[in-house]
Amino acid sequence: MRLTFLTPAVRIALSVSVATGLYGISFGALSIAAGLDLWQTMALSALMFTGGSQFAFIGVLAGGGAGAAAFGAASLLGVRNAIYGMQMNVMLRPRKTRRLLAAHVTIDESIAVAAGQTELVEAKRGFWWTGFGVFALWNVFTVLGAVLGDALGDPAAWGLDGAAVAAFLALLWPRLKSRDPIALAVVAAVVTILAVPVVPSGVPIMIAAIVAGVWGWLGSGRMTTSADAETHPEGERA
Amino acid sequence: MSDSTSLWFWVLAACAAAYAIKLVGYLVPAKLLDNPRIVHVAGAVTIGLLASLTAVNTFASGSGIAFDARIGALVAAAIALLLRAPFLVVVIVGAATAAGLRLLGIG
Repeated sequence: MRLTFLTPAVRIALSVSVATGLYGISFGALSIAAGLDLWQTMALSALMFTGGSQFAFIGVLAGGGAGAAAFGAASLLGVRNAIYGMQMNVMLRPRKTRRLLAAHVTIDESIAVAAGQTELVEAKRGFWWTGFGVFALWNVFTVLGAVLGDALGDPAAWGLDGAAVAAFLALLWPRLKSRDPIALAVVAAVVTILAVPVVPSGVPIMIAAIVAGVWGWLGSGRMTTSADAETHPEGERA
Repeated sequence: MSDSTSLWFWVLAACAAAYAIKLVGYLVPAKLLDNPRIVHVAGAVTIGLLASLTAVNTFASGSGIAFDARIGALVAAAIALLLRAPFLVVVIVGAATAAGLRLLGIG
């Protein structure tokens, strides 16, 4: 049997889906460790469905931040999805009802696979297959991670706080491709550390976001493209 | 509002906001993308937030700063990333390092 639906874009979509879906395990486990219950964890993966924002939401709560601060961090991190949406709207031109569906599966991975194709029909396949593929596996592995995290007991004994550190660094890493984003990351981290003892939990992250926004606004003339919401076929996560 | 109700409120509000932000991209005129400043600011905020979240999760302890096993996790994760390890491996390396250091009584 020849699997004719397996075009190159679909193959890439499936492999990206497996790789991305798998780390839903770490989200599920960390979400439970941050104090959310199974249903809240599942709601985040099914409804929010944008990894970086989900990690940000639980990351703020794990640090003792308030729900409002978690909301703020998650929403600000999601802003790049609006830019992705604009790009996909121009590229795919989805009709009215499809638009609603396309919006939900607009994430780093679906955009990256679509943008990596040279033919329009392949870009469309790449976008939809990656979007739905990641959605299915991300949610399945979130539940698995949450159940596993629940069974682990004491999060610190298993190094789950170290896992959170590693997860955020890994989300940041692919964006540090030149000097300017690296300098920005260092400045944001230093501002955060200075702010932690002074302001309530969760607020240092907002301060760093504002500093970064000003940095982006002022530096947009000299900033290289690699720091932007530009997409890469591999290495982009969240 | 109890803690659990309040948390549910913020979970659902953040989910609604995430979807609304995604949808906005499909509804606004494509011309906005011609303004490189907006794209730059969005890219910079993403980097700033992720760097800040990394710092908070590494150094924050309540309302203070602590230097403990999580720094080991950060260094180990950076090494794994330099060696091009996939995401899940990086996360496991981070967890194992923090757990291992604590087992040795460090941090």
